[in-house]
Amino acid sequence: MLDFIMQDWILDLGWIVAKIMVVIGPLLIAVAYLTLAERRVIGFMQLRKGPNVVGPFGLFQPFADALKLMAKETILPAGANKVVFMVAPMLTFILSLVAWAVIPFGEGLVIANINVGILYLFAISSLGVYGVIMAGWASNSKYAFLGALRSAAQMVSYEVSMGLVIINVLLCAGSLNLLDIVEAQREMWFALPLLPMFVVFFISTLAETNRAPFDLPEGESELVAGYFVEYSSMSFALFFLGEYANMILMSSMTVILFLGGWLSPIDIWPLNVIPGPLWFIIKIMLVLFVFLWVRATTPRYRYDQLMRLGWKIFLPFSLIYVVLTAGFLLITDRLPAVVLG
Amino acid sequence: MSALVNAVRSFLLLELGKGLFLTLKYFFKPKVTINYPYEKGNLSPRFRGEHALRRYPNGEERCIACKLCEAVCPAQAITIEAEPRDDGSRRTTKYDIDMTKCIYCGFCQEACPVDAIVEGPNFEFATETREELYYDKDKLLANGDRWETEIARNLSADARWR
Repeated sequence: MLDFIMQDWILDLGWIVAKIMVVIGPLLIAVAYLTLAERRVIGFMQLRKGPNVVGPFGLFQPFADALKLMAKETILPAGANKVVFMVAPMLTFILSLVAWAVIPFGEGLVIANINVGILYLFAISSLGVYGVIMAGWASNSKYAFLGALRSAAQMVSYEVSMGLVIINVLLCAGSLNLLDIVEAQREMWFALPLLPMFVVFFISTLAETNRAPFDLPEGESELVAGYFVEYSSMSFALFFLGEYANMILMSSMTVILFLGGWLSPIDIWPLNVIPGPLWFIIKIMLVLFVFLWVRATTPRYRYDQLMRLGWKIFLPFSLIYVVLTAGFLLITDRLPAVVLG
Repeated sequence: MSALVNAVRSFLLLELGKGLFLTLKYFFKPKVTINYPYEKGNLSPRFRGEHALRRYPNGEERCIACKLCEAVCPAQAITIEAEPRDDGSRRTTKYDIDMTKCIYCGFCQEACPVDAIVEGPNFEFATETREELYYDKDKLLANGDRWETEIARNLSADARWR
């Protein structure tokens, strides 16, 4: 009896680990290639070619970079709080991976189908700020500390309007479950009726992932590299990986909330044969391209402009839009039936 | 009224859209990058690269040890010692250029009355040790032999303006 239970337990665990590996493996490769794509896309927009020497079209460049980073020395600053200093990059990296547990790749293709998926996503992405603060504080360096302060203020500011934008989507979908949210977009993607909110959400994700034009926490020109100045070698690589994994996570969130997840744009023949997960990946890639495109286009915001945009424009705007959406749904009697349990 | 127009404009993100459209246009333009080790840019005949000591077609070295280059060199990178040779002609026994001091101004080339010291078209002579950049007479003459065709062509191309 006992060994039977043991066996069952091991089988379950193995199954869970296998599922996690299926998601994490491709994700890490995607992160590696996102760094290459970024350099290539920005290069192209600046009339350069970008890295094209290592392997065909520079395809082995990420691996060369990874090898270089691993060969470097890990430096522990003498004044640093050693434990927190080492935990911070791990935390950032782990947080950017655990969120993928609730991301649906296709109909029913999700590791954990929980009813409050969107809340879980939101909570995890908010926790990301802890890694940044810990890194900035534990480094015992003024640049790292300033970068961390900026980052914390920025992430908190933009999460507020992001939350209100998500309420818009939830009003239309009538569920917190990500699978249900995507299913609710079968008729029409939420990006169309909620277009202003889509734009606000996208810009907020730029701020949330510390990307240009909101990359003040890293602000190379004034803060060297921001909160991770003191990091080197693998601990630096973990921050880097975490940041790019977060970018992919945020784009997948955008796709799920506004661009119909794994659904094909229109339900007609050549488009609906393409499997759902592939649609999902294509859409994520498109959103990521816009991430890189925006970085190649915009200069960095000044800090007061950033705060003004977050608190004085996005917050009231999305708040008004929540009222508008709710009112519209109520008057036209289209409020979705809320499924409890 | 204009405040309202401005507000509407900024809400429609017109300028952002314009900027994005511009970068997208550049995304598809032909790239200006030269794949350096495989492709190289065009060099002017006046390009001042690695130094070389030239010879006459009969193999006799041109330098007559007048030391004008040594005198004009603003970085004082050139060191020359001279003695009459067995046949009575005046030649250098030592002609050193410290390439780490040289500023590639080309004054030595301009000062030379016999076109002996020239700056050739070679710019790829980086070394791994400092000592390798202390050029002596043998190295400079070897450079001259190696780059003579290119140097002669550049000199004749530029001769009209000298």
